[in-house]
Formats: sequence, C-alpha cells, structure tokens
Amino acid sequence: MSYGFVQLSYIIATALFVLALHWMNAPATARRGVFAGVAGMTLAVAATWAEPVVVHHGWIIIALLAGVAVGVPLSLVPLTAVPQRTALSHAFGGLAAGLVGTAKYYLWFGEGPENLTAYRMVAIIVEIILGFLTFTGSLMATGKLQEVKWIPQRPVTYPLQNVTNFALLAIAVVTGVALILHPAAAWAPAVFPVIIVLALVFGVLLILPIGGADMPTVIAILNAYAGLSAVAMGFVLDNKLLITAGALDGSSGLILAIIMCKAMNRSFANVLFGAFGQVQQAKASGEEKVYKAETIEGAAQVLEQANLVVIIPGYGMAVAQAQHKVRELYDQLKKRGITVKFAIHPVAGRMPGHMNVLLAEADIPYTDLVEMDEINSDMPQCDVALVVGANDVVNPAARTEKTSPIYGMPIIDADRARTVFAIKRSKNPGFAGIDNELYFSDKTWMLFGDAKNVLGELVKQLSGGSGMH
Amino acid sequence: MIPTEAAAAAPPPDIWSQLYVFVLASFIGLGVIRRVSRLLHTPLMSITNAISAIAVVGSIIVTGSDYPPGIRLLGAVALFASMTNIVSGFLITDRMLKMFKTDRKPGEGGPS
Repeated sequence: MSYGFVQLSYIIATALFVLALHWMNAPATARRGVFAGVAGMTLAVAATWAEPVVVHHGWIIIALLAGVAVGVPLSLVPLTAVPQRTALSHAFGGLAAGLVGTAKYYLWFGEGPENLTAYRMVAIIVEIILGFLTFTGSLMATGKLQEVKWIPQRPVTYPLQNVTNFALLAIAVVTGVALILHPAAAWAPAVFPVIIVLALVFGVLLILPIGGADMPTVIAILNAYAGLSAVAMGFVLDNKLLITAGALDGSSGLILAIIMCKAMNRSFANVLFGAFGQVQQAKASGEEKVYKAETIEGAAQVLEQANLVVIIPGYGMAVAQAQHKVRELYDQLKKRGITVKFAIHPVAGRMPGHMNVLLAEADIPYTDLVEMDEINSDMPQCDVALVVGANDVVNPAARTEKTSPIYGMPIIDADRARTVFAIKRSKNPGFAGIDNELYFSDKTWMLFGDAKNVLGELVKQLSGGSGMH
Repeated sequence: MIPTEAAAAAPPPDIWSQLYVFVLASFIGLGVIRRVSRLLHTPLMSITNAISAIAVVGSIIVTGSDYPPGIRLLGAVALFASMTNIVSGFLITDRMLKMFKTDRKPGEGGPS
C-alpha cells in the first residue's frame, strides 16, 4: 500500500518535471514550468517523508530550514552574479550525491557485507567520484567567476598537467575497482576515503586551467556531471525518480555543453584540457596598428541617421553593469523610429543565455533579442553595429585567420555592417588575448571608456541634442 | 541484516528496469531540452538544478531512518545542500522568467 503510494507520487512528480522542462520552450509558458517543477518537488518530498522508514524528524526539519535560510538569499543575487550562483548550486548537487553515496556504503558495510553487491558498489563508486569532483570543480568555478582573490582567474598550467590529472583520476578509478571487487574487506572502509580525496583533488585540478571565456561550456559540463551523480544515486538507492530527474538534468547539461562547444568550434576535450588562455601569449602582433577613436557627439550623429542598429553585447556589458544604460539608448533610438536589434552570441557572457537574462532584466522585449544565425543575414543592411563589451565573438579572424586560436568559431558579422562602433574599456586585447582586426577596420570607430559611462554620454547626447540639426 | 519495513514491502532492485528508465529518461530529456528557447538557457539551467536536487528524496531517507548518527549526519548535510538548491533554484528561475516580456507598458516600440 504505502510502497504503491510512494511510487505513484514519484510517477506523477516525474511527469511534472518533464512538463516543467517542456514549458521552458517559450517565454510565454515558462513560468508555468516553474509551477509544475515546484508541484512535483513538493509531492516527492511529502511522499518520501511519509515513508514508514523515516522515523526521526528533528534533523530533517533542521536541514530543510537551513536549506531555506541559505537558498532564499542565494536566489536574490544580482543577475550579473547568476553564473556564480549556478556553479555553486552544481557544487551543492555534487556534494549531496557524494555524501549520500558515502553514507550508504558505510551503512551497508555495517549492516552486513551481503548488502554490498557488485552492482551497488559500481553505482556507489561512480556516485562518489562524480559527486565529489563536481563539488570541488564547481566550487573552483564559483571562485573564478566571483573573482575570489586567492583563486587564479587566468588559466593555470604546468608541465605534464593533463598527465597528472589523468593519473590521479586513474588511481581513483583503480582504487574504486579494488573496492568493487572486495567491498567488505577489512581494509575497505579505510580505503574508501582515499577515493573521496582523489575525486576532490581531481575536481580542483580539472578547473585550474580553465579561463573565463570557457566558463559557459564548463558550467554546462559540470551541470551534466551533477545530473549524472544524481542518476548514480538513483541506482544506489533503487529510486527511479532520482534516475529520471537526474537524467533530465544530465541531458540538459549535455545539450548546453554541445551548443557552447559548437559556438566556439571546439571539442569538449579541447575546452577541458586545452588551456585556451595560454596559447596566444607567444603570438605577438607584427606591426603597430592604430585605432580610430570617435567622439560621443560624432557617434550620436551617426546613430541618429541609422535605420537599423544592431547592438552586440558581451561580458564587458555585464562587468560594467551597463544593461540599463543600453536600455536607455534603445529607448532613445526607438523614439526616432530606428529599428534596434540585439545580436546574441551563444557564448557571450559567462554562462549559456547570460546576455538574454541581463537584457530582459533591463526591460528590453525579448522579441528584439536575436540569435547569431538569424541576425547575420541582416548584418549587410545594418547601418550601425554597436559592440558593447564583446570581443572574440565579433573577431573576423575567426573567419579568415587560419593561425588564430579562434579560427572556425562562428561569429556575429559586425564587420559587414556599414559602420561599427566598439565600446572598449582599454586598448588591451580581449580575454583570449587575441588582437581583433575589426577594431582596425576602415569602418570601425572606437569609443574608449567604461561601457556604462560611454552609453550614458551617448544617451545624454541623444536626448539633449534631439533639437539640434 | 534486519529487513526494514519498506525493504520488506518493496520488490528487490531490478537492475535492468533501472537502466531502462535511465535510457528512456535521457532521450526524453534530450528531446525536450532541444526545444527550449535559446533565450531561456540561463533559467533552464537554474530550473534543472532545482529539479536534480531531487536528491532531497534520498537524503530524507538517510537522515530520517533509524541509522547510526554518523550516517544520518551525512544525510542531513546532503539534505541541506539539496534543499538549498531547490529553494534558490526555483525562486531564481521564476525571478528571471518574470523579466522576459514581449513588450513594454507604454506602447512604444512594438515588436518588429
């Protein structure tokens, strides 16, 4: 009776989770998806709590309340901090899986070795390796995104890095296999923590060589790991709801990671083991090139004459918190009957979809946020392309320069617009350290300064100068 | 080993049906997620976070069963971590989704 009731609740919860993700296919229905997700989760928690094996309630209540106390503030972070929050939640997901796997192993070991079947042991080992490496890996990613002082932002590389990392992982796996073969040996409970430590260290080393520009892919991969560790937990606990929900999360992470990799024309292996940021140091530009700077007044005049303006935002916009100023500029241009579109590159920002959320926060209708593939056919008709804090995603070297590390990466064709304005904080090359020839093109004019200030000046010029001729 | 009440009521784990469920769920996931609007990839990530915090279910069992305190403590920490993800994941997803609007209130600049 009670078994059937719990299983029925789990089936309904599974259906609600699938619906939740289904409704995410369009902004109009997406909030319904959140409701379905909450309903499914509530049902699953209530059904589990009501199981007869659950006899102690004090710690459950405390842990749930503590979760609420930490979770609510975490949901109120500024939207520019969403990548860190997401990475942190992957860390929590991995931690939960690792801890439950550990608990189950020692429990079954204590209750009797006959519980430690080979099948369960395989699931436990997979669960703790994935769980704990996701935990520290995601914490590292969180630290890098949050720009915590003692975590290096730039990729850290050293000789034999990949060899060391793989050797470490291999030791963890071999130890795991030994445990699977002898789960109840006298030495087994002492060796188990070795695997945990190896997985924890591997997680740190895995993220050490990753630079900020690769974060969208890495977050998506960690998302997939967190999902798979939940799946492994489902195998350990013989819980099909965990398996399905984990599989949904895992496939989501996988798809996002594939989209991100395609958008950079790189492979998973290359992102994880390629140490992107280092490659370019050797490549010094041969001749001295000159930027052409434009004044705010000049830029405002050109913008006023335009019919179609395409704004290309990048991580720099997020750093400068310039999305609201972008909105004011958008308003000024719209008021003059100018069509304004936003060109969104899949890897702009630090996580998938980052730019869309920031621009939506600034109250820009999502119908004006256009994907790279769609906007590129309009670029030849574009009068002004305004680059706000983006760099590599508009670098034409990706199309032409075979030696460039970003060669082959699909880009937004800003260089095909009639005029390009690029707002740039300094004259240094972008994150990947690659010179951007777009900035030296005949039709490009630079607006140097903090994106927020430059946009503010532009808006002031446009609003004050609207009577001018 | 003393069989617990639930263990007595539940059928023994069936490896093959678990794998079956995993494979089918993965394909459903791939099919559904592929259709998610690119606009919503950030909220998608936060809602799948919340959903995969279904680990809460396993944590409740470990925390609340009549197990040794050390084991239940591990469960309680896992439960705390999962609950944090559930609460922050769903709340922030909704907060972000509220911001996606087709048009702005005072009728200027229609969708084009």
